[in-house]
Amino acid sequence: MANPLKCDLCSKPATVHLTQILDNKVHKVDLCEDCAQEKGVTDPSGFSLADLLLKASLNPEATVATGVRCEQCGFTPNDFKKQGRFGCPACYGAFKGILDPMLEGMHKGIVHSGKVPQKALERKSLYDKLTQLEVDLSEAIKAERYEDAARCRDEINQVRQAVGQKQR
Amino acid sequence: MKSTKSDKPSGKSSANPMTIGSLIDTPSELTDSSSSKSAIVLMTRIRLARNLAGHPFPGWAKPAQREKILGACREAVTATGAMKRGLAVGVDELGELEKRILVERHLISRELSGSKQGSGVVISKDQAFSVMINEEDHLRIQMLRAGFQLKKAWASITEMDSLLEDSLDFAFSPTLGYLTACPTNLGTGMRASAMMHLPALVIANQMEKVVRAVNQLGMVVRGLFGEGSDASGSIFQISNQTTLGESEEEILKRLSGVLQSIIEHELNARARLLEQDSGKLFDKIGRAYGILQNGHILSSNEAMNLLSLIRLGVDLGVFPDAKRSVTDRLFIEAQPGHLQYAQKGEFEAGQRDLLRAERLRSEFANFARPDFTLSSPGNN
Ligand SMILES: [Zn+2]
Ligand SMILES: [Zn+2]
Repeated sequence: MANPLKCDLCSKPATVHLTQILDNKVHKVDLCEDCAQEKGVTDPSGFSLADLLLKASLNPEATVATGVRCEQCGFTPNDFKKQGRFGCPACYGAFKGILDPMLEGMHKGIVHSGKVPQKALERKSLYDKLTQLEVDLSEAIKAERYEDAARCRDEINQVRQAVGQKQR
Repeated sequence: MKSTKSDKPSGKSSANPMTIGSLIDTPSELTDSSSSKSAIVLMTRIRLARNLAGHPFPGWAKPAQREKILGACREAVTATGAMKRGLAVGVDELGELEKRILVERHLISRELSGSKQGSGVVISKDQAFSVMINEEDHLRIQMLRAGFQLKKAWASITEMDSLLEDSLDFAFSPTLGYLTACPTNLGTGMRASAMMHLPALVIANQMEKVVRAVNQLGMVVRGLFGEGSDASGSIFQISNQTTLGESEEEILKRLSGVLQSIIEHELNARARLLEQDSGKLFDKIGRAYGILQNGHILSSNEAMNLLSLIRLGVDLGVFPDAKRSVTDRLFIEAQPGHLQYAQKGEFEAGQRDLLRAERLRSEFANFARPDFTLSSPGNN
């Protein structure tokens, strides 16, 4: 090749070339084989430039100062800075403040518009309903509202049946 | 897991008739389905990242949690019809060589092969489906098809995904879609890719330009065996960069358009090479044939490049169409892990090059002789 590009990190000849538009600016990264490996650019289908830029773009002070922690899994923004991965699905809610600016420009959009796990969502809404009914039931019993309690029991049985059907 | 109906411990699945050995000897989607339809796009691959709601991602989960997740996922995956008589193993049950073979066959990732306790993979008998468990995400569902088959691959993989949904609660947000360990996979969690053979664009020094153009369209290009714009074997993988904000169909449509246009460019480049300097092109193909038939030392890189030229020869009509499947199989079987397996032993790199040449000599001893009179530029 006539004019070999140099690696952005160590200036050896670059063999991995990536371009992405972030915040209306074109970002180009050229890496040599070694640096690509080191940066974890080993799985061609899994790699994305955004991933690489993500670690660089995180503002360290801002993330440390917030002191938030995922209640579900104990993950902190510092952990995210180290790993570039979240701790659990609930982290997406806990770290919304950090995530939202990052998502701008990382993807085509910021709202999902694809497949939805319909069956799992229906199951979840049934579980939520069941939990609520069980609360209602114990309150009705405590307050000696026996008619309400009986109605709750009926409804709980119905929902349990529906849950059973949803599981094949 | 509240929604998996598991009443028995789910770690080891009952009968496990498939082994790595039988996997290598069984006809597979990748090594045995080549046809003229896969002339430029050798293989289509789609993978979906999925996670279980309410559980830490694999990289953050404690060993006991990883084992529990592995058990639940493995049970759900092996229960699907597609995985009947497939292979289900923990990564810790696999030897180094076996892992290497699975990586060379694109059935597991390097990351999974190096992962700690509590990871596994389930592979279908025809090796079209593989599901990695506790790689970066709880589930990485992969579907692999020979040729340019994005639509079919999507139809199969979304069916598998929906089946798994029967017994697994996937982490999902209405706004962010499927929740993944890394935000770069959010939304659809889908990475679709095509493995393309682009020798004429490489010979004509146009790959650099193509890579830049494709990048601008939001797709990533990677060399499959080597790197960047001069990958060995002239095989490149093109995949979508983003996963959130577009539906799966929209992403696939966009990728499909990019692939079509790369195919056109490659065909044009072939036509130009034949027009301007067919002598030089035929010389390359003829020499490749000579070396494969008679060489005694072949590095992996050189072997890939020679096989690539033979494959181009098949596309141009220099060799019979049926020989394409031979080159595609050898692309895989000339890899170090496969060579080592076939020879039943450990070998140094230098010794491997001798073995590789020996293997290729025997394959090419009875390979059709090149016929340079048939070629016509329009032939793909
Ligand atoms: Zn470098
Ligand atoms: Zn969390």
